[in-house]
Amino acid sequence: MSWYALLFGPDGWIGLLLKGAVVTVALSVTTAPFGFGAGLALALMKMSRNRLLRAACDVYTTFFRGIPDLLALFIIYFGLQALLDRTSKLLGLEGHLELSAFSAGVIALSVVVAAYSSEVWIASLAAVPAGQREAAQSLGLDRAQVFRLVILPQLGRVALPGLGNIWMILQKDTALISTLAVTDLLRAASEASRATTRPLVFYTAAGALYLCFTLVSGVVQGALERRANRGYA
Amino acid sequence: MPAWSQDVLRFVINTELLAQYGWRLLTGLQMTAAVVGLSFCLGFVLAWPVALARMSRRFAVSRLAASYIAVFRGTPLLCQLYLIYYGGGEFRPFFTEVGVWWFFRDAYYCCILSFTLNTAAYQAEILRGAIQSVPKGQVEAARALGLSWLAIMRHVVMPQALLVAIRPLGNELISVIKASALAAIVTLLDLMGQTRFVFARTFDFSIYLYCALIYLALTEMTRRVVEAIEMRLSRHVRAGAPSITVVAPKRRYRVGLGGVRL
Repeated sequence: MSWYALLFGPDGWIGLLLKGAVVTVALSVTTAPFGFGAGLALALMKMSRNRLLRAACDVYTTFFRGIPDLLALFIIYFGLQALLDRTSKLLGLEGHLELSAFSAGVIALSVVVAAYSSEVWIASLAAVPAGQREAAQSLGLDRAQVFRLVILPQLGRVALPGLGNIWMILQKDTALISTLAVTDLLRAASEASRATTRPLVFYTAAGALYLCFTLVSGVVQGALERRANRGYA
Repeated sequence: MPAWSQDVLRFVINTELLAQYGWRLLTGLQMTAAVVGLSFCLGFVLAWPVALARMSRRFAVSRLAASYIAVFRGTPLLCQLYLIYYGGGEFRPFFTEVGVWWFFRDAYYCCILSFTLNTAAYQAEILRGAIQSVPKGQVEAARALGLSWLAIMRHVVMPQALLVAIRPLGNELISVIKASALAAIVTLLDLMGQTRFVFARTFDFSIYLYCALIYLALTEMTRRVVEAIEMRLSRHVRAGAPSITVVAPKRRYRVGLGGVRL
C-alpha cells in the first residue's frame, strides 16, 4: 500500500493520528499553567528569608533538573501510585484508588516544568528594578498588592523567551507519556505501525505533526514577544 | 522506632536490594557512558559541517542546514529513535544486501545514530552562535594581514569562539546524558534499562531513587567539571577585567606570551 493510502485511504490511520495529536496538545496545554505557576511559586520561595524553605526548593530544582525527564516521569507515576495505595490502606479505604495515566502524566510533567521554569522566573524577578517595589511600598501597597499589581505585570515580558523555550521542551516531553499507556500522537503512530508493519510512514507523519506544533509555537511566541515589547524599543 | 517509620525507611533505603542488584546499575552506567560519550563526540564532529553550512552564503546550502536543525530540534527524540529503530526494519532486505543490517538490527547502534543526529543539530546551533559572537573586525584584521581562511579560523576565530561555546556545550552534554535514558525504551540495558529490569523483577520502588541519584551525580559532576574547565581557560579574559581583579585572590595569574599580555 502506498503511504498515501495508509494515511488517507478508506482504512487510513490519519484519524487515529489526529486523535493522538489532540491528546498531545491537550497534555501540554493542561500542563503549562500548572507547571509555570508552580515554577513561579518555587521562584518566590527561593527568594524567601526562611533558609530551610530556600534549601528545600534548591534541592527540588537540582533533583528534577539533574535526572532524565523519563526517570522523573516514572518516579512520579509509580511513586504517586504507591503513595495512593499506602494512604488508602492507612485510611482503611477499601478498593483500589487509581490515578488515570493522563492525570499522572500532567502531574509528572508539571513537576519537571516547575523545576525548569523556576530558573526563568528568578531571572525575570531579578530583572524588575528594585525601585518599582520601593515606589509601590511607599504608596502604601501591602506585599501581596505590590506583587500582584506592580511586579507580576512586568514579569511576563522578561520571562517570555525563557518560558517559550520550556514550552518547546514540554511539547517534546509529552512524547514520553506514550510509555505510560496514554494514546498520544507517538503512541498512535506506534499502534498504526504495529497494525500495518509500516513504521516509517507513521513515525514520519508523527514527526511532521510535532514539527508543525513547534513551528506554530515559534510563530506565536514571536508574535507574543513583539506584542509584549511594544513599549520598549 | 514505630512500625510505619520503618516502612517509610525501607521504602527509601533498601540495602538488600542494592547488594543483590547493584552490579546491574553499574553495568548500566557503563552502557550509558558508552552511548553518551560516543554520540556526543560523533555529534560534535558532525556539527561542524552543519554549522558551517548554516552560515554559508549559498541560500540552498544554508536552507538545507537550517531544515536539518529545525527537524531534529523540533521533533521529540523518542520519535526520531523510533523512526530509526523500527523504521530501519522496513528496509531489512535492502540493508541486508548492502551489508549494514547488523547496524540497524542492534538497538545500541540505533541509539547512537539517533542521539548523534539529534545532538549534532543542537551543537551546530551552539557552534554557529559562538562563531558569530567573534567580532567581525577580528576576521577583517586577520584577512588584512594576509592570513588564509584556514589560518583565520584556526588562530583567530576558534580560540575565541570555543571559549564562548564551552558552557552551552556542557549544557548540551548534560542534555545528552539525560536524553540517553530513552535508550531503555528500545530495550537497551543502559542505567535506565537496568533499573526498569530490576523494578519489573522486584517491584521495589527504591531502585528508581538509586538510579536517580546516579544520574544526578553524573549531571552535577559534568556541570562542575565544565565550569572548572571554563574558569581555567578564561583566566586571561577575566584577568583583564578590572572588576574581577578587585575580588581576585592575592596571587594573580598572568597569562602572556613573551611578556606581552594577551
